[in-house]
Amino acid sequence: MTNTAGSGGSVKLKIQGVAKSFGGVRAVTEVSADVQEGEIFAIIGPNGAGKTTLLNMISGFYHPDEGSLMFENHDISNMRPADIAALGVARTFQNIALFRGMTVLENMMLGRHVLMKTGVLSAFLYWGPAQREEIAHRERVEEIIEFLNLTDLRKTPTGSLAYGLQKRVELGRALAAEPRLLLLDEPMAGMNQEEKEDMVRYVLDVNQEWGTTIALIEHDMGVVMDISDHVAVLDMGAKISQGTPDEVRADPKVIEAYLGTTDHKEVA
Amino acid sequence: MFHRESGYFKTTYQADMALFPLPIGRVAIAGLAVLFFVVFPIVMDDYYLTLVNLAAIAVVGALGLNILLGYTGQISIGHGAFMSVGAYTAANFAVHFDLPFWITIPSGGILAAAVGLLVGLPSLRVKGLYLAIATLAAQFIIEWTLNHTPVISGGVQASIEMPRPVVFGNTITTPTEMYLFLLPISVLAIIATLNLVRSRIGRAFVAIRDQEIAAEIIGINVYRYKLLAFMISSFYAGVAGVMATYYYGVANYEAFQLPISIDYLAMIIIGGLGSVLGSVFGAFFITLLPFGVRIFMETVGVFFVEGVYLAQVIAQMRLIIFGGLIIFFLVVEPEGLNKLWQNIRNYFRVWPFSY
Ligand SMILES: Nc1ncnc2c1ncn2[C@@H]1O[C@H](COP(=O)(O)OP(=O)(O)OP(=O)(O)O)[C@@H](O)[C@H]1O
Ligand SMILES: [Mg+2]
Repeated sequence: MTNTAGSGGSVKLKIQGVAKSFGGVRAVTEVSADVQEGEIFAIIGPNGAGKTTLLNMISGFYHPDEGSLMFENHDISNMRPADIAALGVARTFQNIALFRGMTVLENMMLGRHVLMKTGVLSAFLYWGPAQREEIAHRERVEEIIEFLNLTDLRKTPTGSLAYGLQKRVELGRALAAEPRLLLLDEPMAGMNQEEKEDMVRYVLDVNQEWGTTIALIEHDMGVVMDISDHVAVLDMGAKISQGTPDEVRADPKVIEAYLGTTDHKEVA
Repeated sequence: MFHRESGYFKTTYQADMALFPLPIGRVAIAGLAVLFFVVFPIVMDDYYLTLVNLAAIAVVGALGLNILLGYTGQISIGHGAFMSVGAYTAANFAVHFDLPFWITIPSGGILAAAVGLLVGLPSLRVKGLYLAIATLAAQFIIEWTLNHTPVISGGVQASIEMPRPVVFGNTITTPTEMYLFLLPISVLAIIATLNLVRSRIGRAFVAIRDQEIAAEIIGINVYRYKLLAFMISSFYAGVAGVMATYYYGVANYEAFQLPISIDYLAMIIIGGLGSVLGSVFGAFFITLLPFGVRIFMETVGVFFVEGVYLAQVIAQMRLIIFGGLIIFFLVVEPEGLNKLWQNIRNYFRVWPFSY
């Protein structure tokens, strides 16, 4: 079930020889990759391979020691996270980072922060432009809430939701920004089979119906092989393989990297 | 029937986002407006109006500090100093340039906001205790500067006499007139704050308070918004400082020293951090507390304390109750008086059903 929405586009994200060390730990070394417009690009690799670190560099949370990152025509290598978000990059976290005291609705309205314009003075006045903007964005947020089947929970504080639902709300908050590049760090980790299937459905729908380019990290090989257009494999900070799911699956280096781990059965 | 939420459905997003979505809320607001603007000025004697005037000033200052600490999570122990910036700005403008209140009030706020921007700069690097100490230092530096700069603070005792405000050609003199002058400013401040906190900006403040990293990642420029919070908070403080200056008839830094900054912290802790209504509760509570203590001691306390010691005991009692309440609310009810009010309200919300 390889998705074809992404074929033939331009390069959305160009990763060129990026490297990042923490003290003595070389978390990412000389990684290059192109994420094509409209595709689902998966990043896989054993624990500690540097996947999250790579994502953190793309979203500006860390800056690469070497190399560069180009999103569309912007060099984002040294930009602040908020500025990268404003360009149209949204993400979710491996360990959910929701505003736990706020409701589903508030979290998602916050997701639209970069799309809203209300300044201090119109905020104080509220009635008029600020209110019109709130209503317009609220309507979009309600659509996303409906899309994610969260309608009954819209006024529930996210901290009290089950883990799987929190992951879904976090996806919703990222979607609310209407990103052109969506970064997902293990969106299905810790979910049961049913929740996983739902999440896969949402990710595919977003990619196919909204045309959003998606880069995701995922450990579930079944899912990765099913939904990705391209896969990059990291091991000990370095990219050891890249290609279509079939190419990667057949790559001896990948099999070797995974043989050392307990995940090898899933690959084969 | 008095059902609040039961049986009442919001049909538009606009209605859902209204400040007072339920009819009973609007009725209550109308009632409060009549009480404060019509009944109080008629029935209250000057002494009590004076107290309410002080509370009205405190409401504005408390709202400002709550935006900073309660909503954005950035502490300041220099709130009083920002009030003094507003006070001297207004006094100089009124004395030297003969400017009316509708110019002195916003300019006091704007200058205080400018100073607030500077004092907020450390918040980009440090948090919590370190920020507390940085703002405490600012309190002393501003105090010292005002006291030692006669160009700003006049000279004799660092005081500037403030002309009485003139509204539509009438000079404000009696406590009732002062009350009707100050109260609308407080009401405007309350409405402006309610609007701010339900807007994109208010949400961004809360996001920074709750999860700074997540706030940054969803595109909130944390640096800019922290400074914005400091500026808005100081603007309110500046306005409150101008109000106080009109009220006292004199601008003097001694009215805005460290204990005042602590009072404001107490107001929002006791009233409720991150709550507009809580700021109002806290402002009234802390302002009226010393008078409440005095009345209590003069009626009940006289049976336990000999007359000569009464004044001393009253002074100490205030501090003890003050400290005790702060500890109580920090430990037992961190959401303050506002939470207690919510509990009462929620009890009646679905009345007569108890579930
Ligand atoms: N902030 C940091 N400080 C120090 N070391 C770090 C930091 N972030 C990551 N590392 C280290 O970098 C390496 C790569 O970590 P990273 O989180 O990117 O791996 P990962 O591929 O996402 O692993 P997992 O599958 O467990 O999530 C690890 O050795 C990790 O300990
Ligand atoms: Mg990771």
